[in-house]
Amino acid sequence: MSKVLIIADHDGAQLGTGTARCVTAAAKLGAAQVDVAVLASPAAPIAAQVASLSGVAKVLAVERAENARPLAAVLAPQVVKLAAGYDYVLAPSNTFGKDLLPRVAALLGVGQVSDLMSVEGPQTFKRPIYAGNALITVESPAGVKVVATIRTASFAAAGGGGSAVVESVSTDAVLPTHTRFVSISAPKSDRPDLQSAARVVSGGRALASSDNFKIIYALADRIGAAVGASRAAVDAGYVPSAMQVGQTGKIIAPALYVAIGISGAIQHLTGIKDARTIVAINKDPEAPIFEVADVGLVGDLFKIVPELTEALGRN
Amino acid sequence: MKILVGIKRVVDYNVRVRVKPDGSGVALDGVKMSINPFDEIALEEALRIKERNQASEVIAVAIGPDDVQTQLRSALAMGADRAILVKCDTPLEPLDVARTLLAVIKQEQVGLAILGKQAIDDDAGQTGQMLAALWERPQATFASKIEIKDQVAAVTREVDTGLETLEIDLPAVVTTDLRLNEPRYIKLPDIMKAKKKPLAVTELAGLGVKSAPQFRVVKTEAPPQRSRGIMVKDVPELVAEMRKRGVVS
Repeated sequence: MSKVLIIADHDGAQLGTGTARCVTAAAKLGAAQVDVAVLASPAAPIAAQVASLSGVAKVLAVERAENARPLAAVLAPQVVKLAAGYDYVLAPSNTFGKDLLPRVAALLGVGQVSDLMSVEGPQTFKRPIYAGNALITVESPAGVKVVATIRTASFAAAGGGGSAVVESVSTDAVLPTHTRFVSISAPKSDRPDLQSAARVVSGGRALASSDNFKIIYALADRIGAAVGASRAAVDAGYVPSAMQVGQTGKIIAPALYVAIGISGAIQHLTGIKDARTIVAINKDPEAPIFEVADVGLVGDLFKIVPELTEALGRN
Repeated sequence: MKILVGIKRVVDYNVRVRVKPDGSGVALDGVKMSINPFDEIALEEALRIKERNQASEVIAVAIGPDDVQTQLRSALAMGADRAILVKCDTPLEPLDVARTLLAVIKQEQVGLAILGKQAIDDDAGQTGQMLAALWERPQATFASKIEIKDQVAAVTREVDTGLETLEIDLPAVVTTDLRLNEPRYIKLPDIMKAKKKPLAVTELAGLGVKSAPQFRVVKTEAPPQRSRGIMVKDVPELVAEMRKRGVVS
């Protein structure tokens, strides 16, 4: 029976939201054992979060001072050592996994399946190409290690309640010093994380200014939603790029997505097509967003959004 | 320092691609082809580094059939000093592309390789990282800012949690994100000048690389379409509909 190794995504302190989704994807491979490697410093707090995920057999905690920040060049040689004896090496297809895993694959001398969106068989996988406008099914030869990034929006997060064994592991990998972490500037926010939020409210170019985005924030706060934006709104400088939803931004799968003043360019739709319910508000009745929206309302967003915020506050 | 820029010929980003009815792939006949947009950003950045006198030469490298010369001529018109086409009539997987680029890098003694973070056709997003691994050099993916000082580059990266800055020793590989720069437009005199710039054609085998595809594409299909929902006429109706669907309380 085959074995799966998942590389946990984290920011140095907190487990990322992608790992639990990889566990769900791994379960579909029909493997005998799903283990998760945590390369961090300190590793214990993140390893404990992983150990509680349902479906994880063993957590490999690799603590090393160099692992304090996830740097692909530093992590990859260690992952290669850990991968011995595993048939699959997976990581979430977020910036952590996209940066790290191809480096791992090349060191292993194998190709990679990017953005794996469904498991069709133990060696057969579906993934999107052309910004999701086509899907291909690819087959990897038997006996070759499968290295794949998992499209997180395609898999639900594994539940809690697990009690995996945490094992401290050290590798003899020689680590390079040519890559050094300098700083990270993260936009501070009390709102839910855009990538994993159950509800998301997004604004587009029609908001017309950074200041006008306050009506989007007010609605989001009323329903406990994260805030996103279209590429047009980001390019216009209304909001930071970390808020961009779409093929070139974040690909999300919330239960509710509210698109406000967003026309619905293909690259935006690609980022939201796994949302359960899409609500669209736009003044143009011909906007492509209405082609995919479950509920649409045509009108002036500057009137509708405050009214909606107000109405959702009443019972 | 020489800078290598990877150029891939892809379906133009304005084209709405269609899957062939028999599921054998995407219809490419008569479709407009262009330089991968992320590669254009890579080239622009290389040109700006050279304009700051921090590079001696910008070399545009593409792998593919003879048709790709069109895109390499565009790269030369944008400002690349010379171009190399590695001839190959079948599509290569990213690992083989990385092996090929590495062979060119070693031959040319390149100090910095700038590639797009992904190509907009296969959306694999692997080549830069694989190249850095095989080269045993640093990588800085999804770059939104590059500053070079002596033999070190400070690169700001767009990561999910914000903007991360890394310091990497050169030689290195950098992959570009959308906001790194806005590529310049090509002017007519530049197109004329580009015709005189050197474009070398070489063969995959001549670089000691053998194409060895690992994956078999079983089928290509169109994605499932979301169906059009309902339209409501005002906010009270919208709220009622949202509550009925249980998406708000």
